[in-house]
Amino acid sequence: MKFTKYNKFKTIIGCLLLLNLVVALPASASLQDSVVSNVQMDETATPGDEAQVDSVTVATDDASGDTTASAVVSPDEQATTDGTTASVEADKQIDAQVYKDITYYLMYFLLICIIVAVIGKIQHIYTLSRRINGKYNPLANNNLQAALFLVFLVFFLVGTYYSYAVWGVWSWRAAVTEHGKDIDQMFIITLIITTFVMIVVHILLLVFAYLYRMRLNRKAYFYPHNDSIERLWTIVPAIVLTVLVLFGFFTWRKITNVPQELQDSALQVEVMGEQFMWTVRYPGADGVIGKRNYKLTSPTNAYGIDFTDKTAWDDVQGAEIVLPVNQPVRFHIISKDIIHSFYMPDFRVQINAVPGMTNYFQFTPTTTTRDMRDKLNDQSYDFVMLCAKICGSSHFNMQKKVVVVTEAEYKEWLAKQPKFFTEALQQEYAQAEKGEETLKTASLN
Amino acid sequence: MSTTVISHGAADHDSHDHHHHHETFLTKYVFSQDHKMIAKQFLITGIIMAVFAMVLSILFRIQIAWPDAEFPILEVFLGKWAEGGRIKPEFFLSLVTIHGTMMVFFVLTAGLSGTFSNLLIPYQIGARDMASPLMNMLSYWFFFVACIIMIASFFIESGPASAGWTIYPPLSAVPTAIAGSGLGMTLWLASMVLFIASQVLGGTNYVSTILNMRTKGMDLWKMPLTIWAFFLTAIVGLLSFPVLVSAVVLLIFDRSAGTSFYLSDLVVGGQILPNEGGSPILFQHLFWFLGHPEVYIVVMPALGLTSEVISTNARKPIFGYHAMVYSLVGITVLSFIVWGHHMFVTGMSPFLGGVFMITTLIIAVPSAVKAFNYIATLWRGNIRFTPAMMFAIGMVSFFVSGGVTGIFLGNAALDINLHDTYFVVAHFHLVMGSASIFGMLCGVYHWYPKMFGRMMDERLGYLHFWMTFIGAYLVFFPMHFMGIDGVPRRYYSFTDFPFMEKWVSVNILITWAAIISALAQVAFLWNFFASIWLGKRAPQNPWNSNTLEWTTPVEHFHGNWPGEIPEVHRWPYDYSKPGHDEDFIPQHIPYSQTMSSNHLHDFEGDEEAIRIQKAWNKENDREDVTFH
Repeated sequence: MKFTKYNKFKTIIGCLLLLNLVVALPASASLQDSVVSNVQMDETATPGDEAQVDSVTVATDDASGDTTASAVVSPDEQATTDGTTASVEADKQIDAQVYKDITYYLMYFLLICIIVAVIGKIQHIYTLSRRINGKYNPLANNNLQAALFLVFLVFFLVGTYYSYAVWGVWSWRAAVTEHGKDIDQMFIITLIITTFVMIVVHILLLVFAYLYRMRLNRKAYFYPHNDSIERLWTIVPAIVLTVLVLFGFFTWRKITNVPQELQDSALQVEVMGEQFMWTVRYPGADGVIGKRNYKLTSPTNAYGIDFTDKTAWDDVQGAEIVLPVNQPVRFHIISKDIIHSFYMPDFRVQINAVPGMTNYFQFTPTTTTRDMRDKLNDQSYDFVMLCAKICGSSHFNMQKKVVVVTEAEYKEWLAKQPKFFTEALQQEYAQAEKGEETLKTASLN
Repeated sequence: MSTTVISHGAADHDSHDHHHHHETFLTKYVFSQDHKMIAKQFLITGIIMAVFAMVLSILFRIQIAWPDAEFPILEVFLGKWAEGGRIKPEFFLSLVTIHGTMMVFFVLTAGLSGTFSNLLIPYQIGARDMASPLMNMLSYWFFFVACIIMIASFFIESGPASAGWTIYPPLSAVPTAIAGSGLGMTLWLASMVLFIASQVLGGTNYVSTILNMRTKGMDLWKMPLTIWAFFLTAIVGLLSFPVLVSAVVLLIFDRSAGTSFYLSDLVVGGQILPNEGGSPILFQHLFWFLGHPEVYIVVMPALGLTSEVISTNARKPIFGYHAMVYSLVGITVLSFIVWGHHMFVTGMSPFLGGVFMITTLIIAVPSAVKAFNYIATLWRGNIRFTPAMMFAIGMVSFFVSGGVTGIFLGNAALDINLHDTYFVVAHFHLVMGSASIFGMLCGVYHWYPKMFGRMMDERLGYLHFWMTFIGAYLVFFPMHFMGIDGVPRRYYSFTDFPFMEKWVSVNILITWAAIISALAQVAFLWNFFASIWLGKRAPQNPWNSNTLEWTTPVEHFHGNWPGEIPEVHRWPYDYSKPGHDEDFIPQHIPYSQTMSSNHLHDFEGDEEAIRIQKAWNKENDREDVTFH
């Protein structure tokens, strides 16, 4: 408000400048366009001929006047830098159009600023005239802001409804695992409670803001505390949260605390994360995943499997994760390099892959991919496992397809997958063993 | 509560006067030891860092919204990191990393509590300055150097740190895993060590000032809620930041000295690393032992500032002052035992996860009490919508909308599917990001007259508020749904997954909302900086507020009060007290001057005072009022 005396000049100068720009820019810009293409043509035709480029640019400079100075400077600079870096980089240079575009955007923004300033000025004059006429209401703005809070409340409620109805539907797919159904149920209950709280609190907050906006002759109600009300709204959230905590705690224990015999009877699958891929290892016929020692990692044995452990010999590499439906599966999640996260949204499964330790997640898929596709009415739908922990440049595309099939299909698929213990590796190990034996006999001798 | 009350007499203050004349530009504006100047330094540095971090966020938002488009202008500014006008994936990660680090530490920790603790603690408790002005100055300069180092990391060959603001090793420890973990990470760690030093110096100062330097009559239960909030925040910071130092120092050893605190069994880029026996989980425990209290370090000062502003502008005492203090204390204590909820799916013992889940959900109770008390304060108030009040109401709104989603994430079972997704991004940007920044802006608008002796332009303030408020909701609210769908955070583009394609349209909406509300900040910046010179001169007590800072003259000078420091007689929330002719009674007004509005309860059992009041009441035909 105190900007008044300075602003008068500023606004006038600003408006003049702007008018000037609006008139001058389009004309000079089109001029500029043709020149830029000229410059480029020149550069490609006779790379290194700086003088010509320069002179053309200078010519534009004169023609378009100083309003486009900033836009024109760029090709100028380009030309001179070109001189030093030679013609090889000519095609790598940034198009002058870029600088012009940014100048445009800056101008637009300036225009908006000036419009805002002008509106502010008009409003200021309006209030002044009201004041002169003696009609000024000092609380007019206060009432306006209070009313805007009500408008915001409507926006908030409509927005919440819209987002639940549209984005909520987009985002929600029922879980396809047994434990996922418990999670879903708890999610829905929590969602209802929290949405209710959020809506009620906002209605109270914003309606109170409107209802109790300042009036000239009113004094606020001196009401410093009320212990029973405070006790009430401490205890009620506490009870609600206790219920949620207990519910959550038992569900969490059920998911993570699987009895030993169920752990052993489940299908075991090991998944190893590395930058930026997943490798899936099935235990083969013996049902036991062989030992791994990261120190054995080599170009032929990228997984670092310890083949002196014979249970590793029949281990199978899955091109993707294929699971038989309705059968518990226990995932062993490991990492080769840094932390990744094994995340399957549809299954409500996530556990980090941490180097130096094995994490486990056991669950039972209940829906085959085929059923899911029918349910979603989308024949291209696939379950996916992706990395959820920041792990480097290709973090955003570290995925593995997950397919849930019937028991028979699973067996058929598994039989087709290659073994980790390839012939090359077998020979290598046979060689090594022979070597060891000769070493042993040698030392005995 | 017994306390040491240090009374600075007028005579004592005279000795200060001699310094003033020798002040040079350097001692007044640069190496100032005056709490008001240091507060301004913190604020302006914080604002600059906020703008910087905001620009970073706009850059990565552009990439997320238009993953296939080219923006040659980016190459002009970013060079090889945006070759061909497309931000590179590794630089994208740098952007999110530095955005997070700057916003959390430099803006919302130093910029918020650094500014307002320094400004308001001496003012509101009635002290001439901080307990140790020198430490205070050092605190700022450590912070400043930390900022410079962090920005400097943008000017090195391998780029800034890019392992996420949580810098989990091994990613942050192994430069071959990501380029940003080279020199960029070293600078990040150096910057953070300096920053923590700054916080510890500041925190020690805040705590000792509040405990030792309160003016006569200012017992703990007469302190404004702002001071309570700063006090508890400083305690949380003092207890948790040193743990981050230990985490950082061990990480520095792992990176530079070949130790294996966090590293074990690594094969990076086909090369077998020699490290054995460490655990990445250890780092996460140490980090989140600070990291979770840190979000309360960020949000508690905002809660304190809004309590004060809401009460002042509703012209009504804050509802349940004691409950507000106890809930802050509750949050302080609980904040130290909830860190594990960041680690439910890291492979931490599942039973431990269950325990952390219980403590986490308990912390929602004091937070809920605070929200309800704010609403009760508005009820039957006489609300004046200054820009500060607008931001305070906005803060309550964000605190609630963002807070309720914490109930999902604090629940270990639900967290399985929401961990590290956009749901988390939405949650913390609302509850600690937007809520805290609104608390900070509310403080700036409210205390600007105290800081600069000028008023800010109100109408620009409203424009700024509405654009930011609506913008922030448009940016963060839709992200919840992406998270529920299973879109992980820190994804460079959504185009590689069929199920994410539907979110591209929403991303464009978010990015536009972000750009527009970022531009709206220009209204604030102009308002803030121009008003320093052009604003209307501020009256001494522009908001008719009760607290002591408004009894100081508008012109700043070292020592705050020209004469004796006023004595405090009452709590800071005597707004609209029935029987008084004005709707506020400042803290330094003795009860003897407000006989017509006193409650018997005000005298805290002082028989003599009650007798006098009763006699007066009888004489003047007034009923004995007691509030209970």
